[in-house]
Amino acid sequence: MNLDFSEDELALKAEARRFLEARCTSSTTRAVLDDDAISFDRELWRSLVEMGWVGARIPEKWGGSGLGHVELCAIAEEMGRVIAPVPFSSTAYIFAEAIINHGSDAQRERLLPEIAQGRAIGCLATSEGPGAAGMEAIQTEVVGGRLSGTKAPVTDGDIATHAIVSAREGNASGLYVVALSGDGLRRETLRSIDPTRSVARLSFDEAVCEPLGKSGDGAALLSGILDRAAIFLAFEQVGGADKCLDTARGYALARYAFGKPIGANQAIKHKLADIYVKNQLARSHAYFGAWAFAEGGTELAKAAAAARIAGTQAYDFAAKENLQTHGGMGFTWEADCHLHLRRSRQLALSIGGLPAWRERLVRSLESQVLGLGNSDGLY
Amino acid sequence: MDFTDSNEEAEFRSKVRHWLELNAPETVKASQGLEGNALKTHAQAWQAAKAAAGFACISWPEQWGGPGGTLIEQMIFEEEEAKYGLGFPFFGIGLGMCVPTIMAIGSEATKAKFVGPALRGEQIWCQLFSEPGAGSDVAASRTRATQAEAGGAWIVNGQKVWTSGAHYSDFGLLLARTNPDVPKHKGLTMFWLDMRSPGVDIRPIHQASGESEFNEVYFADVSIPDDQRLGEVGKGWNVALITLMNERLSIGGGFGPNWPEAMQLLHNVPGVGNESSALAAGGIRERIADWYVAAEGLKHTRARTLTSLSRGQVPGPEASIGKIVWARQMQELATEVLDRLDQHGVLEDHQIQNSAAMFQQSFFMGAAMRIAGGTDEILRNIIAERVLGLPSDLRSDRDVPFKDIPSGP
Repeated sequence: MNLDFSEDELALKAEARRFLEARCTSSTTRAVLDDDAISFDRELWRSLVEMGWVGARIPEKWGGSGLGHVELCAIAEEMGRVIAPVPFSSTAYIFAEAIINHGSDAQRERLLPEIAQGRAIGCLATSEGPGAAGMEAIQTEVVGGRLSGTKAPVTDGDIATHAIVSAREGNASGLYVVALSGDGLRRETLRSIDPTRSVARLSFDEAVCEPLGKSGDGAALLSGILDRAAIFLAFEQVGGADKCLDTARGYALARYAFGKPIGANQAIKHKLADIYVKNQLARSHAYFGAWAFAEGGTELAKAAAAARIAGTQAYDFAAKENLQTHGGMGFTWEADCHLHLRRSRQLALSIGGLPAWRERLVRSLESQVLGLGNSDGLY
Repeated sequence: MDFTDSNEEAEFRSKVRHWLELNAPETVKASQGLEGNALKTHAQAWQAAKAAAGFACISWPEQWGGPGGTLIEQMIFEEEEAKYGLGFPFFGIGLGMCVPTIMAIGSEATKAKFVGPALRGEQIWCQLFSEPGAGSDVAASRTRATQAEAGGAWIVNGQKVWTSGAHYSDFGLLLARTNPDVPKHKGLTMFWLDMRSPGVDIRPIHQASGESEFNEVYFADVSIPDDQRLGEVGKGWNVALITLMNERLSIGGGFGPNWPEAMQLLHNVPGVGNESSALAAGGIRERIADWYVAAEGLKHTRARTLTSLSRGQVPGPEASIGKIVWARQMQELATEVLDRLDQHGVLEDHQIQNSAAMFQQSFFMGAAMRIAGGTDEILRNIIAERVLGLPSDLRSDRDVPFKDIPSGP
């Protein structure tokens, strides 16, 4: 039993905190927020590539750092804390993981060095309209190795070099890798709630594509990719939620009203205690998820859903109540509260919202407790 | 991150399983239908068997008859024991709070007198802290202990309340006011006493749920020798803090029906409109997901606490999140399940719907648990002040002699 980071992992986490707090302040995030022409911080991204964090999990023989998934979890928490405006999750948690876990040998050999060297940015394109993006009613279609259809919103879709796209081919559904440089592609940046993580509409018209994993295996593949991403993202959410708590606490001690710090009032104390409780539960689930990551199977599916739910609930609550603690000041553009409010929503929705994740979880619980055979999940 | 047992832990677990397989089933079978004294005698025999096998209070030091094991081993044993449903209510307060306080503060003679017998289940303890006028503000205790001359016996008068198990306890840990002329925290002293001392009167409380699990304890000129004092005169609050810290560690929550019981019941209850069962309703599914996440989150939080203990760190008041989360959830889960039973939710008749009766019980127990061992509000204060470092509430009584503090009518 050991549900905590090891000393080596803590050292890496401390290094990530030092680097990111110096290099990624709220001005860094705001520079991307304030300028519609900028989708991400290129210099920060370059640094993350050079430090070997984008290729953290990529084996050394393909130019990566060969780190374990728990190390990437430690980095993820720090990325979440500083609201980093870079396509880290799309590339490191989703694209790289998908190729590492499900790619063919040829795909690994070709794509992983590109990611590790910072020449590739990934994205995941599953949504075709409002509501949960399942595999059943998918419109995007592959015929003869060419993919056609429209996906929106795609996080980092406007800057990505590669997309993993859900599509059907005949009666089967699957995931396909599309290089976003060839013909048959139109992209359009869309306005979003968190412009520090850009989103796009990708329209494919007979774009060249290659299957990821086995054809017809789309639902299982997508579940595996989302489960792993959910755990890394839960660490980002925990990082963001803890930062909100720190900020709210600092303000509650510094802001005086009625002749005393507002943090001396139980209404504020209890609010911050509630944030603390939710953050602790989310952290515990993230840690358990980091353990289950290597276990795979239904253990991973349940742990990922629980980490996703707890992480989303914690960051959502912490971002809202941090703003509330700041009073009127909290609702100004100048205060950083809205940066967390935006990012917490972006993280809550980007790989599917709470209703769909709760349903996935309950289906696996039904299978566990009642022996009902519908644990395949929603996808 | 590793949620599995280490080699040593796995070896210990298999030892525990083997012992339980040999001993537990018979104990469970023999306890069916037992109540009152018969159940107590039976529970004491089980505790004695655990002690003989080295499985009682596993982390207590060998010096006092404990097995000298680790807290992780203790947790492993509790997990395995719980699979047999062997949680007797008699020993938690003594072994979780009172005796650890004695081990921390008692004289060598006192430790020698109590630790071994408590560990073997021979002696049962209760905690005499709360009073009608001292609940959340337990340092406002008014039960008075006076001493005619230094070193002489103390005479105790007053009333304690919400004392779990006073009626079956052999000994009690008593917080009493020894000096009303100094501020409240400075005039308290801690004692132990024999619950059969002359002048001790124990009366059951008729609870809101209709049951009686707690007691009022009245003291009329009860004489307590000075060598039954724990710690210095006037330092009782420091001793009480040791007890309360242990209380927060031991009331982790988790008992009562949880999400699996709710799923099993609702799967067989008709739904509203087109729903195939009450379990098919979107609303209840979302809540089950959240209950699972909270319950498992507490389990993993406990694993984190054990991790820090095993690394030699001291767990702080963050351990108190367990009760905040679980007590509220117990109440909400019961309410929601009764809602889904619709009109039948009111029936508390075991003959008609046995599987639902546990939710009516937890509907009431949730209300109790949100208060017992520190209310939701007090626990939030503790987290805000001791973990987050926010200012204490303004205390107008802090520097005032206790006798001058205003009290209600």
